[in-house]
Amino acid sequence: MKVELIAYGIARDILKTDRLEFEMNTGNSIAMLKQQLFEMYPSFRALASVKFAVGEEYQDDSFVLEDNQEVVIIPPVAGG
Amino acid sequence: MSRTDIQLYFEKIPTSEVEAFVQDPSCGAVVTFVGNVRDHTADKEVLRLEFEAYEPMALKELQKIADQVLSRWPVKRIAIHHRLGNLKIGDAAVVISASAPHRTAAFEACQFAIDTLKQTVPIWKKEIFVDGEVWVAAHP
Repeated sequence: MKVELIAYGIARDILKTDRLEFEMNTGNSIAMLKQQLFEMYPSFRALASVKFAVGEEYQDDSFVLEDNQEVVIIPPVAGG
Repeated sequence: MSRTDIQLYFEKIPTSEVEAFVQDPSCGAVVTFVGNVRDHTADKEVLRLEFEAYEPMALKELQKIADQVLSRWPVKRIAIHHRLGNLKIGDAAVVISASAPHRTAAFEACQFAIDTLKQTVPIWKKEIFVDGEVWVAAHP
């Protein structure tokens, strides 16, 4: 299956795009997505945190992804 | 009348209008926090800042903060306005205003709102220096 990654801030700089179709090899949870993403783009490992949102809400590692789902990468936030 | 006013926009924040929203005859206290763009980080001179947000989620997370404030403190109204785009030194990036019958609740509400905003709301800030730029807080 594949998911549609949306990237903001430094995540967009790392991916070099704000939108990326991402093939998931194995499993379909956010934990698996994170593992594969970090392998392909090791720069994510250096960040203070990397969270994910689906449906405009933070989701934890166990969240099960669906084919074609939009997943937003949330690098460390810095509002205010 | 709604008790919360949550907004994200690219224009200058009109602080007096943010405060006007929370004013109420029952409230003896209005506390406003203004977060401004500073000219230095550590000892490096900052030229300007760029803010961006995942806007629909940022609005939801800001609304959660405002709702938490109303459930935890005897606050009458709370307004949170955050600016996006290019900001100069001295520009207000965020204005939070809370009204309450007495001052303690209004102070605590503002403190909670800005502290939580910095932890949960998907807004990002890039500092532009003379010799480069950096996403704030991205690296430990």
